[in-house]
Amino acid sequence: MRSVPRVWRERVTKYRLIGGACKDCGKTFYPYRRSCPVCGSDNVEPRKLPETGVVETFSIVRSPPTEFVGQAPYVVALVRLDDGTLVPAQITDVEPDEVHEGMRVEAVLRRYREQGEKGIIEYGIKFRPVISNE
Amino acid sequence: MGNRVFIVGVGATKIDEHWDLSLRDLMTEASRKAIQDAGLSKRDVEAVFVGNMSSGYLQGQEHLGSLLATWLGIPGVAAHKVEAACASGGAAVHSAYLAVKSGVYDCVLAVGAEKLTDATTSDATSALMMAEDQEYVAFAGFSFVALNALVYRTYMKKFGVKQEDIALFAVHDHKYAANNPLAQFPKPVTLDEVLRSPPVADPIRLLESAPLGDGSAALVLCSEEKAKRIGKDILIELAGSGLATDILSLHDRPDLTTLAATVKAKSSAFKQAGIESKDVDLLEVHDAFTVLGVIHLEDLGFARKGEGWKLLKEGQLERDGDLPTNTMGGLKARGHPVGATGVYQVYDLVTQLRGEAGANQVPDAEIGLAQNVGGVGGTVVVNIVRRVR
Ligand SMILES: [Zn+2]
Repeated sequence: MRSVPRVWRERVTKYRLIGGACKDCGKTFYPYRRSCPVCGSDNVEPRKLPETGVVETFSIVRSPPTEFVGQAPYVVALVRLDDGTLVPAQITDVEPDEVHEGMRVEAVLRRYREQGEKGIIEYGIKFRPVISNE
Repeated sequence: MGNRVFIVGVGATKIDEHWDLSLRDLMTEASRKAIQDAGLSKRDVEAVFVGNMSSGYLQGQEHLGSLLATWLGIPGVAAHKVEAACASGGAAVHSAYLAVKSGVYDCVLAVGAEKLTDATTSDATSALMMAEDQEYVAFAGFSFVALNALVYRTYMKKFGVKQEDIALFAVHDHKYAANNPLAQFPKPVTLDEVLRSPPVADPIRLLESAPLGDGSAALVLCSEEKAKRIGKDILIELAGSGLATDILSLHDRPDLTTLAATVKAKSSAFKQAGIESKDVDLLEVHDAFTVLGVIHLEDLGFARKGEGWKLLKEGQLERDGDLPTNTMGGLKARGHPVGATGVYQVYDLVTQLRGEAGANQVPDAEIGLAQNVGGVGGTVVVNIVRRVR
């Protein structure tokens, strides 16, 4: 289902965490797109988002979609980056039961999903606890 | 304001794991029943709108409009699929409503159909996640239940509400499904059973989630002139149909605890029907998860933010309460065959307004509202039906 070019064309946005900033309403969002999702303005510029933040809210997936079978249980979250942008991602390198709201996290590049035995392996940004600050 | 639109026939299959029936069998059967119920011939049907979400992924089958028209034996009619995730059924009703209201057609079918049990649970889970952003949210491994779990956790924290007060919605639905012959789970459950069922995506538990099932429901919509010619004792008008969208993904939205599309779709439908919240006698809300049922009561204007659960706890949603809600079992227990749900909701309202709801009958209801949600509110449809004397 997922061709190589389809994954390749998202590489900059996904691996470098490129969001957008609306110059009219001030909203920052992820990923980058030409129009602000909140106010609709086209007065938007791409912005490299910070790589640290806190867990805003989360869930533990116990019955996963097919592409993630074998990985459950794992933690999916909305992470509030230090500039206020909210991003969807997995929380990694921690036991699911230890994740909590407000937990300080940092971005790392990790494997996300595999498209069958012959399909490609997709990577992306996950977040792990910042140990030094805890 | 266009022509008035009437629902002259309804039909539906039981919601179940239909191992012996295909998607086309289900939608053909519901359509035939609706046409028969209307007292019309299939040759009266001029257009068909089929609400379905996942036939492409689950059955490898698209082009449902032509398929259904062919299997009904009415090739040549206008027909196409309508897709808006879990709101596909409501959106098909919306399209059918516009088709008659505009005057282009006098008699149309609105059909909703979904067959989830042709797939494994994990494939169905993948199919449902196609309601979200594939590149950035499905990509990260979220399940559809997990997205709603984010809403649940945020809601409980923001308003200080306990899970036991929200999970009551499942108990409510099962109580009414027990008297509905079409329901997937026609049996009561206790709050204790709900709270002790295994978590699917924390904090959402299995018995707080709508089940996977198969089913199809259909409505025949006609112009006023045609409806009056049929000469039924009770006329049911589709008095308003509002559809609105919201920002697709939760992380882009300013507030996780309200569905802005509900507020917009409701206002649009109320305006068309010339009514307000206080005029609604009967309600169907899209409680795919208990907490969403509670949030819908608030967004539809029946409770203040953070207080929807009180209506449930105080008994106002019972058949003899102030706001009878999900009186045929709701998504949790009647069932939630995704793209069919929005049509089942209207089917249930019509059953009540005709006085055919048996032990669940609500006395003297005139106006019913059905709210059908796609994704986590990326689309919301509000359909309003009215019994005309
Ligand atoms: Zn903006």
